Amino acid sequence: MSEEDDIILSELDDEELVQQMFDDLYDGLKEEIEEGVNILLERGWAPYDILTKALVGGMTIVGADFRDGILFVPEVLLAANAMKGGMFILKPLLAETGAPRVGKMVIGTVKGDIHDIGKNLVAMMMEGAGFEVVDLGINNPVENYLEAMEAEGPDIVGMSALLTTTMPYMKVVIDTMVEKGIRDDYIVLVGGAPLNEEFGKAIGADAYCRDAAVAVETAKEFVARKHNQMSA
Amino acid sequence: MLMKIMKWIHSAAHDSATQPVFIKGDISMPDLLTLMLAQKGTLLADGATGTNLFNMGLMSGDAPEMWNEEHPEKIAALYKGAVDAGSDIFLTNSFGANASRLKLHDAGHRAFELSKIAAEIGREVADAAGSTVIVAGSVGPTGEIMEPVGTLKHADAVEMFHETAAGLKAGGADIAWLETISAAEEFRAAAEGFALADMAWVGTMSFDTAGRTMMGVTSKDMAALVASLPNPPVAFGANCGTGASDLLRTVQGFVATGTEIPIVAKGNAGIPKYHDGHIHYDGTPELMADYAALARDSGATIIGGCCGTMPDHLRLMREALDTRPRQSAPTLDAIVSALGPFSSDSDGTDGGGPPARRKRGGRSRAA
Repeated sequence: MSEEDDIILSELDDEELVQQMFDDLYDGLKEEIEEGVNILLERGWAPYDILTKALVGGMTIVGADFRDGILFVPEVLLAANAMKGGMFILKPLLAETGAPRVGKMVIGTVKGDIHDIGKNLVAMMMEGAGFEVVDLGINNPVENYLEAMEAEGPDIVGMSALLTTTMPYMKVVIDTMVEKGIRDDYIVLVGGAPLNEEFGKAIGADAYCRDAAVAVETAKEFVARKHNQMSA
Repeated sequence: MLMKIMKWIHSAAHDSATQPVFIKGDISMPDLLTLMLAQKGTLLADGATGTNLFNMGLMSGDAPEMWNEEHPEKIAALYKGAVDAGSDIFLTNSFGANASRLKLHDAGHRAFELSKIAAEIGREVADAAGSTVIVAGSVGPTGEIMEPVGTLKHADAVEMFHETAAGLKAGGADIAWLETISAAEEFRAAAEGFALADMAWVGTMSFDTAGRTMMGVTSKDMAALVASLPNPPVAFGANCGTGASDLLRTVQGFVATGTEIPIVAKGNAGIPKYHDGHIHYDGTPELMADYAALARDSGATIIGGCCGTMPDHLRLMREALDTRPRQSAPTLDAIVSALGPFSSDSDGTDGGGPPARRKRGGRSRAA
């Protein structure tokens, strides 16, 4: 590490700093992201602007390269961890300043499935995109989803499964929602390695999301559509 | 080494009127898989475990490993399905029999026991087969991410793999068979666990993300990883993943590294579709027969299926391997026309693929 490579964040102007934060998110440098967030706050940036312009902007690039097979899970986990550092500072400030909410998601892996790598990625990328995420963790029977829908009032219910042996359980959850007459109150997104679009349709989900980046894009699109319907 | 094996088989064949009898426990002797490979050249492995168990009534969300105890006759039927279809090797129902995954079903302490039963049932089926069939003790991933990116410590992972392998060995498995791994760290930890259990092993990874594993490992990376291990596997390769075409491209990637370790190809029978409450894979037995022949022509010597591969598929794969003449390795275009398109343009070994939007490691960490 030669000295000439060192960058003093506080000496950069706003635009350079945001660009540098994009790079630092891409490299998963948590401390640097925290420092960048604090500098922007000191310069009078609104917390919501820091979230959307610096953090979400940077994670969008990470998401695009993940989607295109350039970055893989380890790099994305590091980036999401760096973003979390920034979010930790911003979260209380966002609540105080009454920043607009993009949407809320309840997410978990279905019963029998311990594999939560994909689910965690989606949760982190959704937070990175400004969504509020309630993470139910792993191994969720249908009751857990129903309780969370009731208690949290999410826009989106996300289900994840990695195994051929657990993916059909998603249909159990959706069928129960239909029985209870609440299916159409939520956007249901499903994902996981063995799934595909056709499977998502066949079990009655709104969409199958190939990866975390696609999940974010799809969630934004469906939430916007839902809001349009409500205002129409 | 090969000469030694050939001599050994030769003398063994003379000892027995019909076929070589392999005596277990002689440490100077190579493992059974190496012997069978030297004898037969190409081996047929088995097909799906989960898909077959669903057809027997396994409910989604339940741990298949519990059936080793609750429905041993169904597990025996699963193994027998592969053996009767002509498989030289079958994998035991112990994919999720590690402490980390069984914890979910309040059975975290039973990894050894459930692995042992899985192998015991396998031993019985193999011994009754009338010809040599290898019982390969399936070892799946822990489901956790290892340090430094995740939280699972190397020593803890080694201990889990050791426990599962020891159970499989106690139950009579001929070899340990690591499968569906995505991280190099986990592959290494498993190798160490197998060394502690003093078991010969096979290891395959799942290349399901743009021709790489979820963690970004390419076919070339894996060949290098395998070569770097103090106790390398007897064979290595790819299982599961996206489709048969991708899997063959990965196999050709292994071959291109010049590795001398036998290569395993265990691809899915097409892609999963949902029909009337159960999962059905759309790859036909005929397609899997083509896949088997192309896998052999590509350089794999242990060929089987993964998800969706049923006994009907295995029968035609057996026939294809036994009857179709060996061809030169298919081009990527030939693979596509026989089995369908690749899921991504590049598999990361050719320097192709889209360019990164930013340069990683752009700066050093400020002091």
